[in-house]
This record gives sequence, structure tokens and C-alpha cells, in this order.
Amino acid sequence: MLSPVLCSDLAVLEPDYTEADVISTVEFNQTGEFLATGDKGGRVVIFQREPQGEYNVYSTFQSHEPEFDYLKSLEIEEKINKIRWLPPHNPAHFLLSTNDKTIKLWKVSERDKRAEGYNLRDEEGRLKDLSTITTLQVPVLRPMDLLVEATPRRVFANAHAYHINSISINSDCETYLSADDLRINLWHLSITDRSFNIVDLKPENMEDLSEVITVAEFHPHHCHLLAFSSSTGTTRLCDMRARALCDQHAKLFEEAVDPSRRSFLSEIVSSVSDIKFSHSGRYLLTRDYLTVKVWDINMENKPVETYQVHDYLRGKLCSLYESDCIFDKFECAWNGTDSVIMTGAYNNYFRMFDRASRRDVTLEASRELCKRRAVLQPRRVCVGRKRKETDVSVDSLDFRKKILHTAWHPKDNIIAIAASNNLYIFQDRMPTHGHHHAQQIQSAPPE
Amino acid sequence: MAGAEGDDSLYPIAVLIDELRNEDVQLRLNSIKKLSTIALALGVERTRTELLPFLTDTIYDEDEVLLALAEQLGSFTLLVGGPEFVHCLLPPLESLATVEETVVRDKAVESLRKISQEHSPVDLEVHFVPLVKRLASGDWFTSRTSACGLFSVCYPRVSSSIKAEIRQHFRTLCSDDTPMVRRAAASKLGEFAKVLELDYVKSDIIPLFTALASDEQDSVRLLAVEAGVSIATLLPQEDLETLVMPTLRQASEDKSWRVRYMVADKFSELQKAVGPEITKNDLVPAFQNLLKDCEAEVRAASANKVKVFCENLPEDSRETIIMTHILPCVKELVSDTNQHVKSALASVIMGLSTILGKDNTVEHLLPLFLAQLKDECPEVRLNIISNLDCVNEVIGIRQLSQSLLPAIVELAEDAKWRVRLAIIEYMPLLAGQLGVEFFDEKLNSLCMAWLIDHVYAIREAATCNLMKLVEKFGAEWAQNTIVPKVLGMANDPNYLHRMTTLFCINALSEACGQEITTKHMLPVVLKMSNDQVANVRFNVAKCLQKIGPVLESSALQAEVKPVLEKLATDQDMDVKYFALEAISGIMREHLHQYIMPSHYPNPYAEMRPVGSTLSNPYFTQST
Repeated sequence: MLSPVLCSDLAVLEPDYTEADVISTVEFNQTGEFLATGDKGGRVVIFQREPQGEYNVYSTFQSHEPEFDYLKSLEIEEKINKIRWLPPHNPAHFLLSTNDKTIKLWKVSERDKRAEGYNLRDEEGRLKDLSTITTLQVPVLRPMDLLVEATPRRVFANAHAYHINSISINSDCETYLSADDLRINLWHLSITDRSFNIVDLKPENMEDLSEVITVAEFHPHHCHLLAFSSSTGTTRLCDMRARALCDQHAKLFEEAVDPSRRSFLSEIVSSVSDIKFSHSGRYLLTRDYLTVKVWDINMENKPVETYQVHDYLRGKLCSLYESDCIFDKFECAWNGTDSVIMTGAYNNYFRMFDRASRRDVTLEASRELCKRRAVLQPRRVCVGRKRKETDVSVDSLDFRKKILHTAWHPKDNIIAIAASNNLYIFQDRMPTHGHHHAQQIQSAPPE
Repeated sequence: MAGAEGDDSLYPIAVLIDELRNEDVQLRLNSIKKLSTIALALGVERTRTELLPFLTDTIYDEDEVLLALAEQLGSFTLLVGGPEFVHCLLPPLESLATVEETVVRDKAVESLRKISQEHSPVDLEVHFVPLVKRLASGDWFTSRTSACGLFSVCYPRVSSSIKAEIRQHFRTLCSDDTPMVRRAAASKLGEFAKVLELDYVKSDIIPLFTALASDEQDSVRLLAVEAGVSIATLLPQEDLETLVMPTLRQASEDKSWRVRYMVADKFSELQKAVGPEITKNDLVPAFQNLLKDCEAEVRAASANKVKVFCENLPEDSRETIIMTHILPCVKELVSDTNQHVKSALASVIMGLSTILGKDNTVEHLLPLFLAQLKDECPEVRLNIISNLDCVNEVIGIRQLSQSLLPAIVELAEDAKWRVRLAIIEYMPLLAGQLGVEFFDEKLNSLCMAWLIDHVYAIREAATCNLMKLVEKFGAEWAQNTIVPKVLGMANDPNYLHRMTTLFCINALSEACGQEITTKHMLPVVLKMSNDQVANVRFNVAKCLQKIGPVLESSALQAEVKPVLEKLATDQDMDVKYFALEAISGIMREHLHQYIMPSHYPNPYAEMRPVGSTLSNPYFTQST
């Protein structure tokens, strides 16, 4: 398994940060050369991997602004819920970012030339004496310092009555889906005024509402397959070839629950907070409050693997319910070869599970402990008495420090971990491409 | 002073050039749209050596600017020195053909296709073909998709060795890694096949078509369907069965409804391409399956094609095929669960009656029409009613009138105002087909009821409807049936209804003519000038202006003028305003008649108008 070394710690240096700096999503692009984060302040920060392996800020822009829906008297937060990169088009990079209501397509491009030579003004912009103009001058392009610009290319608005929780780009590279609590819409990337509703869970009477959509994702290769999970702990696979409306699923992944163990809290903790198709497309990773499960998409009745993320919390669910922590939405991630999975936990811990060896590890992302080039030391949480000096007792866990958003480089063993306003990038001690350096840079956009 | 003169002529061009890089997009756009002016001023030499290199690098701009640039360059040949130098336009268009915005790329490709014709055969091989090859092997999918549209324009004009290279490049793009490029290749496959020699169509295009039609991406497969139709038109009949039909058959049974939808959508083109024999043996069963498809979108698309498909069936067996194979499916669709399907069918089903003739229509189609007239979905009923003319020709509308009436009444009273609006729009058509008697008896009251609908859009449509009815049935009919009822509303306690009277008069005066307007309508309008509600009064002023030209001029002088003058002193500002407007409007109208003879073919012959308008006060005032 991975022996992670800090590669980049992208944090604000001063300890007091505002709520707006809290990172709300992390996503690598298809090649892993770029990493994007979105935060609660509506900003998107893009990092580029340097040849030495370190990630540096490449571009920062304000993707969404706070708005007010006058018809419904609702504030619309600027918080970025999800970012998805488009497959590479041309030298520019494209990504979709979304808040609760509006999806935007951004183009991030470089400019290294500037036009020079005016007819009527000099280069400082002063008007020339007209009598000195005897010939026409065509502007010429001269090299200039590299400028990275982010421009909004499209705005996909007014299609969601509820909060958007997912966006996912189809393997046909021309359509994508957006999902809110009750509906999934299908868009064409170049058409903003039309989208098709493909899943609708809204009952005629809202009092009959029994479940909401939590996440939706397209299959990585099959353009017709999409999966969506619900608050009841089920995940459905839909075949868009069969019908235009996918209200009827093709497959339903659900583990039978022992009725005697069913309780009010057990239903809450079974809610799926994230799903991810494996790179191969064969498996589906689902995260609920206490576990992460691997499903074979050919087997619906039970997961092929189940990993306990923090089973020690099972006894504390009541207090976690009271503090609302039980509703935290942890994400999960596959490594590039689908052999290791990763997901976050409390106390700035994150967990990794090696599927072949069944070994698992708990690691901590913290500024104090992450020394450059030092291998992260595994942590152990114990219930009751400590067995070792380094063990941490369940009661001393800090539930305000949580790692919800994680991402794994598509090929290399590099992971990105967001802990409130900090972004940590770790890479394997034995990097595949001979990068040894660990580094520290700033994450929250500079003033 | 010679220098200063030079400045003067340079100045506007200098501004245009500088604005090519103005911060304001609109100014940049204006400048790009006048690019030919700039090029003309610079001369061909400087256009080639300075302007075009600059434009080649301006791909950072906004889409609309790039789009305009791509379009301009397509007709720039003369400005760079004629066909001899047309290749100078290739670099800027090449860079535009790689931008991410599809509309810009498409426009650049369109311009490239245009200027390819202006290349000499030698230039084509030396300059244009290398550009196509560069695009085809570009790193980014944007350039490769653009290349797909350029093969067919250069292929016919190059040597056979280059032809072989072009075919090879096209083959490569058909199996590109990205679905975007495969889609572009699939959509250009038919076009490329058209310029290829028949042998190569068989040896090259067919395998590509087969591969694209079984691509893993639905979006590629569905584009292959259209290509298949084009290819089918190129092949001799005996090859169709072995080379194209297996693939098309497979497409009509594809797992993805989107592909089947495409087959349904292209069905009439396909039918024409494959000819009568294959239609009878293959397409008829395929069409039956599409009409019974499990996805409503597919059923709706094929239902839309029912009439055209039947029309184009080979004449000798048309009736048998329709009666035994198509009609049973159509019958099922009449009671489909999906309203889009039913409504698609309803929009074409009436057309079958002309194909099947009177007896079959009465026996088989009429029950279907009647069922659809009773359909729960208003759109279905509307579609039937809007196509009544087809049936009218074959069996006469009387056969239907018994069921038609309840359907119309129900639509006329539908709770949704848009439905009511739609049926109003068909009233003049229906009136024409049903005849005046039937209309007076059954529909007249409906038309009058709409005048007092609570939705303004309906009242407005209803007045417009009355006008069309009068145009159809004549002034006498209007005077007997409509005018009294309309004028009666002038005494309605609801001021909205009183205003409707005025709106109706506005609409009807011209169709009813001078006599009715002056004798019957005018007195009512004038009386309403004393209405308590200001809205009614200012509408009286507007109405008088509107009907002024229709009135007898003596009435204009003796009756209209005093009333308008009185309204012009009204307490209400709006009434005053519209009264004054009306006075000057009527005056202008008369001026037109006298001093603006352009209305008339021969101004002098028509100068002296009929009647005593010469003494018109408004005219004298103005002189």
C-alpha cells in the first residue's frame, strides 16, 4: 500500500480562516496534471503539477456569486458543490463547476502574445498627432509574460428546483448529467437553454416522499449507463438505451438488512454519501456513514467487499445525531489501478484499504504532523483503554475536523485531501517517476 | 497640404484597424465585419504579409468575433490578390478550425470548403491538401473533427495517389479514439461517399459504415444511420441487399432507442433510397416494429412518418400493404398510452384518406378519426380538427360533423386558455369547410362567447376571428348575424366587454365596408364617447382613428370631428392624448391621399379622389 509523504500542503498560513475558505470539492483532471478545488466562497483554484512533482497555483477565479431567488425568497449560496473536468479539447482546459442551482462551463487558457502598434495612439495610449500619420499600421503580435485567464463559456441555469448534488460528464463527451435531491437532468455541453429530465423521484404528494437522490454518476466507458444512489442506502443503475425516461432502473444494488437491527439511526447511517465507478467500469464504490463498499455491477444483492471506516462510532450515533455530524457527506476514491480505495473520517483522519491484501491504514492530515518528506505515521483509534502510547481514544476525537473531500490522481500514487481550508497533497514515498520532493504552498486564494 | 489630405483618407481606416483590438467586443466585431474595407485600403500585398498573419493569431477573441472573421475570410480571395494567392487564407482559417467553439469551427470549415474551389488543381495539392492532412493528424480533437468536413471538397480534384492518401486519412478518423471525431466522421461519411468512385464506395466506405454503425457509442451509431441512407442512394440495387441492408436492419433493431428513433426519423429518405422491392420486403416489417416500439419517442417519430411512408409505397401493392400491415398498427396507436404519440399520429392520419379513397376511409379511418376527436388530450383533437381539409376532399365533412361538434365545443370551453386559443385559430378554416348554415346553427354562439372570455388573449383572438369570418361569409352575413350582437355589448355593465365592442369594430370595419360602418357602427362608437370609464373613451378615440378611412367623409366632418374635439378637452390625460393623436392621424391619412401619390400606380390619374374630400377640413387646415 501507499506510504504517503507530504507533497504539497496548500494552506493559509494564518490559522484564522473564514468560512468562505473552506474547501468544498477537490478534483484531478484526466491526466492528473491539474487539480481543481472549489470552496464555500464560490472560488475555484487550479493547481498545476510542476515537472518536479509539486503542485502550484495555476489560476484562481470566482466561479459563483451569492444570489437571491426572489420568487422563492431563498438565498442561493455561492458554495461550489462539484467540479468536473472535461476531456482535453485543445490547449485550453475546460471544467464544469456548480453551486446549488447553476452549472457553469469554464475555460482556462494561456495567453503569451500581445498585439502592439496602434495607428492613432502610441503604446501608452496617448493620441498621436494626426499629421504624423502617413501610413497605416497593422498590429503585430509580440511575446509577453504568460497570462492564465479563466472565462465563463456557458451557464446552465434554471433547470433545478432542488439543490444540485452531482454533475457527471458522459463518455460521449457531448452530454453531462446534473442531479438534485429529486431529479436528474441531461444536458448537452453546448446547449444551455434545454435539458431533459431523465429521472424524477418527486411523488405527486410531497408527503409521500420516502427518499432523495444523493449522488449520480455516469459509467466511465458505457455512454448509456448511469448510477445514482439514494438516502435509503440503495444504488440504482439505469440503462438510457432502454427508455428515454430512466425512472425504472435496470439494476438495484441493495444489501438486505436484518429487520431486528433496523432503527431510526440505522436508516440515516445507511444513506449513501458518495458513489464512484472504478476506472475499469466493473465495480461501484459506495460510501455510507460507517462503511465503504465495493459492488460488482453484475451482482446486485450484496457488495463484494465491505470496509469499516470508523466502526468505533457505532456506539456514539445518538450524540452524532444530536450534533448533526451523522449527516456529514464523506466522499470516496479509487486509486488509478482500482486496487486501493480511500475515504475520509473525523479528527482529520483518512482511511485507505488495500483490496488484495485486505490491509487498511488510518492516516492523519494535519499541518503540525505533516513534516516534509516524512512518511505519515499510521494512527489507531481505540475504544476503552489505550494499548499503545500513540493510540487515540474515541472520546478524544475532534468531530469538527473532518475530511469529507478526497481525490486520487488518475495514474500516479498522489492523493489530495481537503481538511477545512487546507489542501494536502501526498505522494508515495517510492514515487513512480522519481519525484522525491514534498512541498508546501498556499491554498486559499491570495487576496 | 498633400500630407494632410493623405491623413484624411487614412483616418477612417486607421480607426477600423485600431478597433480590431478595442476592449469593446461590439467595436471589434464592427471592425471585423469591415475587414474587406481594411484589406482594400492596405492593398493585396500588405493584406497578405501583415493583416493575415495578425488575424491568424487572434484566436483568443470572443466567439462572435471569431465567427464573423471565419465568415469574412471565405470571401476574401480577391482581396489577397485573386485565386493565385488564395492559399494565403489557409493559415488563419486553419487556426479558426481548431478553436473549441463548434459554430466557429463549422464556419471556418464552410469558408475553407468555399475557397477550396478557388484553388487551382496544383495549389490544391501543394497547399490545401497538406492543410487537410495537418488537421486530420492534429493533437486535438477539434482539428480532427474539422478535417472530416474537408475531404469531400478536395478529393475529386487531386491525383490518384493523393486520393489514396485522403481515403487513408478518412479511414483513420473513422476509428479515432475520441467519440467526437468518430461522430464528425460518421456525419460526413455520406457526403464523402458521394465523391468516391463506386469501387471505393464498396471497398472503403462500406466497411467504415459497418464499423461506425456498430460503434460502442450510441451517438456515433445514430449518425451512421443517416450515412447509410446516403450510401444506399449511390449503390446499384443488386448491391444494396448485401452491402447496406444488414446494417440498416440491425440499426432498426438497435438496443438504444436513440438509434431506432433516428431510423424512424429518416424512414422516408431511406424508403426513397432503397426502392420499391426492398421497401416491400424489408421496410414494411421494420416500420411495423417501429410503430410498436417500446419507447414512446420512437413510436411518435414513426407515427409522424405514417402518411409519407404510405404515400411512397409502390402503387401496385400500396392499398394491400396499408390495409394489412400498416393500418392495424395505426389502430393501436390511436389508443396509445403516450399523448405525444397520439398527437403525432393525429397530425398525419387524416392524410391517409386521400391515399385509401372514399370507401376505405368511411369504413376504416372514420372510426379512428371519431375516436381521436374524443381523445382526452386536447392536442390530439386539435391536430385532427386542423387537418380536416384532407378528409373533406374525400368524403365531405358532413360524415364527421356529428362528432366534430361536441369536440369543438369541448375544446372551446377547455380550462386551459392556450387550448381555447388554438381552436379559435381553426375557426375560419372550419367555417369554410362546414359552410355558413352549419356555422350559424352550431358555432356562431361559440364565437360570440369568446368575446367575453375572461382572458384578454382569447378576446383578442376572438375579434380577429370575427374579421376572418366576415372576409369569408361577406358583409351581408356580418350585418345580419354578428354586428347586432357586437353592438349590443356596447351597453354591457362590464367596461371590458364595452371595450371589446370597440376592438371588434376596429377589426370589422374594413371587411364590413363603408355603409355598415357609417350607418351602424359609428353611432354606437360616438355614443360611447360619453362612457364613464376613461379607458373606454380613449379607445373610442383610437377606434375613430382606425375606422376614419372607411367612413363616409361627410360623416367624418359632421360627426367624428366634433366628438374628437370634445374628447381632446377631456379631463383624463390619456383620453386627451389619444383624441389629439386621432385628429392628427386622420389628417395625415387624408394628406397621404392627396400629396403622397406613391400609393397609386399612376399618381396623376388617381389624384382626384371620389367624393367631396377636397373640402375636407383637415386638408384645408394644412394648406
